[in-house]
Amino acid sequence: MKLAISDLSFGYNGSATLEDVFLEVGTGEMVSLVGPNGAGKSTLIKCIDRILKPQKGTMLIDGKEASRMASKDYSRMMGYVPQSTTEVFPYTVFDIVLMGRRPHIGWRVSRRDVRVVARTLKFMGIEEFAGRYFDELSGGEKQKIAMARAIVQEPEILLLDEPTSNLDIKHQLEVMRTVRLLVQKGGISAIMAMHDLNLASRFSDKIVMLKDGRVFETGRPESVLIPENIEKVYGVRAEVIRDSKGRPYVMPIDPI
Amino acid sequence: MRCVHLPLIDEIFEDDIEDVSVVELEESYIRSSWKKTLIILALLGAVAALAVAAITVGAASSFGTMEALGTLLSRFLPVEEPSSFVQLIVLQLRLPRILMAIITGISLGVAGAVMQGVLRNPLVSPYTLGLSSGAACGAAIAIVLGVGVFGQGRYLIIMNAFVFSLLTMALVYGISRMRGTSVEILILTGVAMSYLFSAIISSLKYFSDNEALREVVFWLMGGLYATKWENVVFLAPIVLSLTLLLIRYSWDLNAMSAGEEVASSLGINVRRVRIVCLALASILTASVIAFTGIIGFIGLVSPHICRLLLGSDHRYLIPASGLTGALVLLVSDTACRTMVQPTEIPVGILTSFIGVPFFLYLLIKRKRRWWQ
Repeated sequence: MKLAISDLSFGYNGSATLEDVFLEVGTGEMVSLVGPNGAGKSTLIKCIDRILKPQKGTMLIDGKEASRMASKDYSRMMGYVPQSTTEVFPYTVFDIVLMGRRPHIGWRVSRRDVRVVARTLKFMGIEEFAGRYFDELSGGEKQKIAMARAIVQEPEILLLDEPTSNLDIKHQLEVMRTVRLLVQKGGISAIMAMHDLNLASRFSDKIVMLKDGRVFETGRPESVLIPENIEKVYGVRAEVIRDSKGRPYVMPIDPI
Repeated sequence: MRCVHLPLIDEIFEDDIEDVSVVELEESYIRSSWKKTLIILALLGAVAALAVAAITVGAASSFGTMEALGTLLSRFLPVEEPSSFVQLIVLQLRLPRILMAIITGISLGVAGAVMQGVLRNPLVSPYTLGLSSGAACGAAIAIVLGVGVFGQGRYLIIMNAFVFSLLTMALVYGISRMRGTSVEILILTGVAMSYLFSAIISSLKYFSDNEALREVVFWLMGGLYATKWENVVFLAPIVLSLTLLLIRYSWDLNAMSAGEEVASSLGINVRRVRIVCLALASILTASVIAFTGIIGFIGLVSPHICRLLLGSDHRYLIPASGLTGALVLLVSDTACRTMVQPTEIPVGILTSFIGVPFFLYLLIKRKRRWWQ
């Protein structure tokens, strides 16, 4: 599945948060959106998921205009993982993940729905929590549950809004590895809003650097994550070294 | 296009179809679904059993259990018919009142569960959203000033209560919409409106004569004593059809509990579901409390009891909460009829007397703090 966004603009009450954004994502690609706070990463993710409605621009999915698609069809293509999940009422983990089947379920839960949920829980390594209540779990476990809910939607594009913020380093790596596995084995694409430049560098095919709602630079990690760009976009002097596999590793030094 | 391929999950799992732990997970989910269904059936059985038991008790003590039951049985079985006095009491006084208790309990329990679910807030009930006080204000205006939108006598009061209640909900929703879609604003508006209506009711009481004052006070306490067959026949189809309609929204309510963004990314039109569910739940409550007056706490507490019993999945929660409401109101009303013979206590008082301590017990005793 190929996603092509051009000239996309979105603003709250007149002030633009995104302006003339263009973005292309191909099948099996992992794309990271990076940029400082307020650059528009999360807003772009939400525009792609049609949670927010852009004022201007086109979004084509395999050549078809996204805004014309029925919401149920669209929800079968896009899986969204929010930055954090809270549940007011006591739902079990299984119930929460089952909600992701909503685009596929009429009323009755079929045998296949149950199977898809059970398999996904197992795949995410959270099967032991199936019967537990959501609010009893740790931040890392909650993040995996939110991901599992998006996975059982069986989407073709997975959208993740800062999937690793609030997680310890082990959970960060587990979450990122899971996304990569899904992209490689499931043949889907992933678009992630990322704060951690080094995780983005390690797990992305393409990095889109945003500044003040505009695309500043797009390309492979090694061409985007260079000291000049980081200085201009983040206002931070940084050194960039290469790790053992030749991927850029950013070391921030001083704010300017 | 990927659509010619297998869906995502099957691609990842092509090798381990018969994984033991996966099969175990599936089975335990299916078992828990059956358990929830059984709990609902048990609640249904309890309501039915209590209804039959309630027929045999009452202020008229000149006949016994068997005669009371005989009135019902003689309709279907070739048993001896009791005297016409017994028949009158059972069929014209007790039976409609018992059915009214069930109908009212169901509507308050269902509306409470739906309102809490759609607004993602455990403190919401017809009371907190201003519905009840709107109805009370409408009724008080009809009683004291004798003016109303439609009808005469008792029906003037009923219509006024109904219309005021729905107008309040529309007003609360409209005001909250002016400040975006925030649920907190909506609830605060409802609470604020309740205070305004209380003030209006107080001033009406202050200026009313003795008889009207007595009637207002009675209405505010709520009760099923005035139930007639025609009320039951009128309300039963409304409550039943609205309940079924609301149950159809269970999946949307489940998804919305994870937040607006997740719900909308699951293909749900959040605003539409919110308006429709609030409107249906409001009509459900308003049409019943217009007849019964204010019956507190059932709408708030039934959903909470049921979440403890069978979790928050609205497919099970909505029917269970309705049945629990029916059960609580039936017990309360039967106690009201029989405790202080030959008079009776208004049921609104008793539901709060039972409801408040129980609710406090839940708040203090629960280990899971899911209302935070």
